[in-house]
Amino acid sequence: MSAAREPIFELRGVSKRFEKRLDVAGRIARSLGAKLRDEVVHAVDGVDLTIGRGEVVGLVGESGCGKSTLGRMVAGILPLSAGEIRRNGVVIARAGGAPEADAAVLREAKLKTQMIFQDPYASLTPRMRVADIVGEAPLVHGIVGRSDLDSYVDEQFRRAGLDPSLKRRYPHQFSGGQRQRIGIARALAVQPDFLVCDEAVAALDVSIQAQILNLFLDLRRDLDLTYLFISHDLGVVEHLSDRVVIMYLGRVVEEADTETVFRRANHPYTRSLLDSVPRIEARKRAFHPVRGEIPSPLNPPPGCHFHPRCPHAIPRCREERPALREIAPGHRSACHLNEAA
Amino acid sequence: MSLTLEVRGLRTHFFTRAGVVKAVDDVSFSVARGRVLGLVGESGSGKSVTGFSIIGLVDPPGRIVSGEILFRGRDLTRLPEEEMRQLRGNRIAMIFQDPMMTLNPVLRIDTQMIETVLAHAKVSREEARARARDALGMVGIPSPEERLSAYPHQFSGGMRQRVAIAIALLHRPDLIIADEPTTALDVTIQGQILAEVQKLAAETGTSLIWITHDLSVVAGLADEIAVMYAGKVVEHGEVSAVLDSPLHPYTAGLIGSVPSRNARGARLKQIPGMTPSLLNLPPGCAFRSRCDRASPACEADPPMRELAPGRNARCIHPLLPAEA
Repeated sequence: MSAAREPIFELRGVSKRFEKRLDVAGRIARSLGAKLRDEVVHAVDGVDLTIGRGEVVGLVGESGCGKSTLGRMVAGILPLSAGEIRRNGVVIARAGGAPEADAAVLREAKLKTQMIFQDPYASLTPRMRVADIVGEAPLVHGIVGRSDLDSYVDEQFRRAGLDPSLKRRYPHQFSGGQRQRIGIARALAVQPDFLVCDEAVAALDVSIQAQILNLFLDLRRDLDLTYLFISHDLGVVEHLSDRVVIMYLGRVVEEADTETVFRRANHPYTRSLLDSVPRIEARKRAFHPVRGEIPSPLNPPPGCHFHPRCPHAIPRCREERPALREIAPGHRSACHLNEAA
Repeated sequence: MSLTLEVRGLRTHFFTRAGVVKAVDDVSFSVARGRVLGLVGESGSGKSVTGFSIIGLVDPPGRIVSGEILFRGRDLTRLPEEEMRQLRGNRIAMIFQDPMMTLNPVLRIDTQMIETVLAHAKVSREEARARARDALGMVGIPSPEERLSAYPHQFSGGMRQRVAIAIALLHRPDLIIADEPTTALDVTIQGQILAEVQKLAAETGTSLIWITHDLSVVAGLADEIAVMYAGKVVEHGEVSAVLDSPLHPYTAGLIGSVPSRNARGARLKQIPGMTPSLLNLPPGCAFRSRCDRASPACEADPPMRELAPGRNARCIHPLLPAEA
């Protein structure tokens, strides 16, 4: 499916390192023999990813797997430590060097990529009226003139399922679900073609979550949007996505269309993740969880990051990082066992 | 079948300056020995306050207005505070969503666990420490002896929750109330905790009330489900009966909202509107403004009725099995 689509985003070898340098006291302690070193977290470690126009890509993983960091780099709000990101074929972000696009293209690219955040309580300025929250960006960017702003904001409200008569209110006067709609209205007000949704429904009650998911489905159809949908909730991702990317400790471990991931998952981590998900169809049953904890990203295991928890690990997994290889058309997996077989 | 807990007509109200919030309003259910009850509802449905009422931790301006909470035959609402203290942490234990509600951040794990043991058992410190170590081993914490002398911040979120569960298990309680204990955890860690809890409940005969918003979790864990909405239990029955053929339109709506119950990419069967404010809630069925089956008759309070053997719902227009 993805092969037929024209790519909107192409990520090549994208990495993000967060470094915490030792302070003066730490450096002195080290020179006196203390075992201290600079702490480096490889939040995202060499990710290649292509997102086709009109596609919904689900990005799945547990805490600390780097899914949010990757989303922020795609949205252009975090610089890269390595690699490059192309949008419509033009490099818009590159580690250490200037992107090849000129300033106007870059501004356009950033504007066309908008983000929806998890926490509807923290992502809205509490002292601005919601009409100003939604209307500010399109006014600044010249998408709408001051005289048409009022009706433009009303239209954004209606599209997100909000009553425009409430637009003079402040964020605290809205419920969690309504605030998430305000966040969506704000993102859509600058007419993006790409949305990064970072756990956008995780904080909502089940019945409200269903309403917001339906809104995402409707908007996709009406506005021809492309989504990078970041979530830890496999049920939500399965429902919404065309293609699913699974991350573990900064790396992509498996990538395929949704049907394949949920029916014929290849990577042992994906399989154990799917086994752990409670399903409403299940009845009183014994849970068979994967063993072990998620290792610290500060000090990940060598080789394949998953090998200490993997039931099928072989000696090679401890030493060599498995490459993400195509095992069937459109289905990529990073596991040494695929070569052994 | 002996009952560990029987709640009858429980009402817990909060007397705020803005008015009376009827957080729990006429709730009845029972839990038999060794059984798991899933108490399901959305934010503000009163499921947590029900749990706090049972263990006697409702703070002013809230108080239990009426009703009985019979724990092995004794009414907890009439128990003097000192006797309640003897039960709490001993025969009845609670696990919270945030394990740091249970754990003191400045005390080592062994200090906290030994204290809990000695509060209810006349044993030596060595014996108490041994019990603490065994409890940590039971919930699957590797090398429990070393971990005993660690501080809470040295544990991961999942491990902290295991410690909180171990503390709840120290006195082999008859009843554990678990309030969203896996909601903040990653799926693989949640799977581990569910497996441990399920094993422990089966081994020790402990009854469990599992409070959650997640129907999928109780589907695999619980024997019975009670669904709460706006302070009332609206449906109660065996897990498979409730999930396969819900009687109350709200239960049906909740199940319909679960993405895996719908065809991929299709619109979800959403419930319109949002949960009502519990402040000065008008009489009648609180769900009627969101319900497609509502009629003028719903403006009177619907009673809890047994609609089929073992199946109770608070609805005048329940779904027939064929419609669900």
